[in-house]
Amino acid sequence: MIEKSAPRTQEKTHKIRGKVRLREHLMGWLFVGPFGIVFLALLIAPLAYALYLSLFQKKLIGGTSFVFLDNYVKAFTDPSFLSGSWFVIRFSLVSIPLQIIVALALALILDAVTSMFTRFSRLMIFLPYAIPTVIGAVMWGFLYSKSFGPLSDIFGLLGTAPPDFLGSNLIFYGLVNVVTWQWAGYYMIILYAALQGIDPALYEAARMDGAGKWQVALRIKIPLIAPALLLILVFSLIGTLQFFNEPQILRSLAAGTIGPDFTPNMYAYQQAFALANFNYGSAISFALGGIVFVGVYAFLFFTRKRRSFL
Amino acid sequence: MNKKWLSAAAKLAAATVLASVLAACSAGGGGGTNTASGSGASNCTNTIPKKNLPVVTMWGWYPNMQLVVDNFNKQNGEVQVCWTNVGQGSDEYDKFQTAISAGTGAPDVIMIEMDRIPTFQIQNALVDIKKYGFDAVKADYSEGAWKDVSVGDAVYGVPVDGGPMAMIYRKDIFEKYDITPPKTWAEYEQAAQKIKDAGGPAFGDFAANVSALTMALQIQKGAAPFTYDPAQQSSVGVKLNDQGSKDVLDYWGRLAKNGLVGTQDQFTPEYISGVINGKYATYISAAWAPGYLTGAGVGKGEDTGKFAVAPLPQWDADHPVQVNWGGSAFSVTSQAKNPELAAKVAYGLYADKESLTDGWTNQIIFPLNLKALNDPEFVNLKVAFFDGQQANKEVYVPAANAYKGVTYSPFGQYYFDAMTKQVSALIEGSVTGAQAADRLQEDVAKYAKEQGFTVQ
Repeated sequence: MIEKSAPRTQEKTHKIRGKVRLREHLMGWLFVGPFGIVFLALLIAPLAYALYLSLFQKKLIGGTSFVFLDNYVKAFTDPSFLSGSWFVIRFSLVSIPLQIIVALALALILDAVTSMFTRFSRLMIFLPYAIPTVIGAVMWGFLYSKSFGPLSDIFGLLGTAPPDFLGSNLIFYGLVNVVTWQWAGYYMIILYAALQGIDPALYEAARMDGAGKWQVALRIKIPLIAPALLLILVFSLIGTLQFFNEPQILRSLAAGTIGPDFTPNMYAYQQAFALANFNYGSAISFALGGIVFVGVYAFLFFTRKRRSFL
Repeated sequence: MNKKWLSAAAKLAAATVLASVLAACSAGGGGGTNTASGSGASNCTNTIPKKNLPVVTMWGWYPNMQLVVDNFNKQNGEVQVCWTNVGQGSDEYDKFQTAISAGTGAPDVIMIEMDRIPTFQIQNALVDIKKYGFDAVKADYSEGAWKDVSVGDAVYGVPVDGGPMAMIYRKDIFEKYDITPPKTWAEYEQAAQKIKDAGGPAFGDFAANVSALTMALQIQKGAAPFTYDPAQQSSVGVKLNDQGSKDVLDYWGRLAKNGLVGTQDQFTPEYISGVINGKYATYISAAWAPGYLTGAGVGKGEDTGKFAVAPLPQWDADHPVQVNWGGSAFSVTSQAKNPELAAKVAYGLYADKESLTDGWTNQIIFPLNLKALNDPEFVNLKVAFFDGQQANKEVYVPAANAYKGVTYSPFGQYYFDAMTKQVSALIEGSVTGAQAADRLQEDVAKYAKEQGFTVQ
């Protein structure tokens, strides 16, 4: 009896399971649906359209023609695109380590020190991130002013002319400063949250073994928040390679220093919206996307052992 | 000290709003920026009084646009205007450009600076309005004004305001260093040297971001940067490295190198603060400048009544050449549903006495309409900004009358950006003026070829 019925029950459960699975599948798609539609309509479709546009060339005289990859060949031999790309790469190499060191130092201090000012300091350090990029850039534009900013007052006391952070010599550092000011606080919060997640028992154990505060920070805390560090590294790498807002805003104060091809994103914007060359603008965007992809992929590849967040 | 700093900062904050969006355009003024698309008649900034009439949509940014539109709508029994301000200068052009590329979204009538007309015309974005009542208003404008809005024989806009150029200067600085207004550019340089030797401020400013001004100064020395015949649309003449153009760049490059003039970007709070504080003895600019400067807070505090104006210095005092910077027109777009009706608006708007008078008394425009230009009240106006000087009679009207018009390029945006790049390099000292002109020629000619033109 039992032996006989066993295959039947199995068959039955199989059937039921199949039905359940189908229903689960349907439910799954239903839940993913709203996101999927938005994802397709607002991300994949525009990307595909831009890719399609980038394969054509539109001339003022002669109209539009299919040129396949010519726009990409042009982009990678275009001094404007290349110098813009080189600028953002150099910018990444300087500004990203700086931001991360500042954020890490602040996070470690706030984690180690507990006083009534910790909370206040945390908020204050985070505050720049809450200020819209555009307003932050305008504000720094004023602070950098040679004639009415605080710089002129400070250097006036010393009897020298203030440095011109909007001039072509110092604009690099002027922008590094703006970006660090804006983002270090945000990264600090991410690292701080990661630090809070560490089991305090580990510190106790380390102390029992004779580790000082420095050693706890260097050998326990930093290795344990390495995944968070990696995460903010990738964030900042992508963000910096797509540099746009700050230079675009400061351009209205220093058009001579910051050309329309200052960064690849600005160049794409100029081509598409000022020169009506959507095709080449799309090609530049995709070429930049390629650079970002290669950069991030290479980075993840070299750090793959510690990669636990992806 | 602190208080002074604050008030300066407040003034300059107001100035930024204007300055950041103003690039060589006709007049200053705030005004809300309405980003709504102007193609629908449902979202006008103004209220349409006669609701049963057909409506023409338009974009424009004159500070007194509301009044001008109201005047038109009140006086017209045939058509009503629905106006929106989508931003000044580049902001508006970028939106218009996007609408052209999209094939929809442009207004029926649009305000554009005259040097941009060929840029949009070549994309077939504007309508030739010659057949829609041109003869009736032909006599209302000078020949030079018509030339600036024409491409070949076709007329693509109705001139509204112009920018005859002159030299604005600080009377207090000129008196202190015992200088009379220079009549030639050679005298200008000598005066600059004299002030510098005496430890005075910069004599003027040579900025990278005002390509339209640099172009005007080159035209004064005989440059004819572009030749362009719409009958042969595929061919364009580009001549940016003729001797005149080189000389002008060399001249200003030398002045900048010797520290005789500043190199601050114009239309920035930094520059305006310099003007207010007497850091520049002269401001080479156009007839809209007093209005712009007043709007930016100049001539209202300690610097009240310190400004005066003199004719633009010349290369050859015996053969003076007058040039123009900025100035705008109303054009009919090819997306207009009813071009004839739209042309009526373009011709009629800002052409009635009431609007024109409001424009020039408030220093919003230097009118090109001869009804205003020949109005004795306008000519004899004692301009408050210039401490009661009859600036129109003495300087601006003669300059406007002697202006011959220019052929602008069909890729104005690219040309101006490329010029900014070269002037920036010239200021830095990495190229000479002549080299800058050669590189500019190479750059722009290459772009023209890429765009399918035959370059002559």
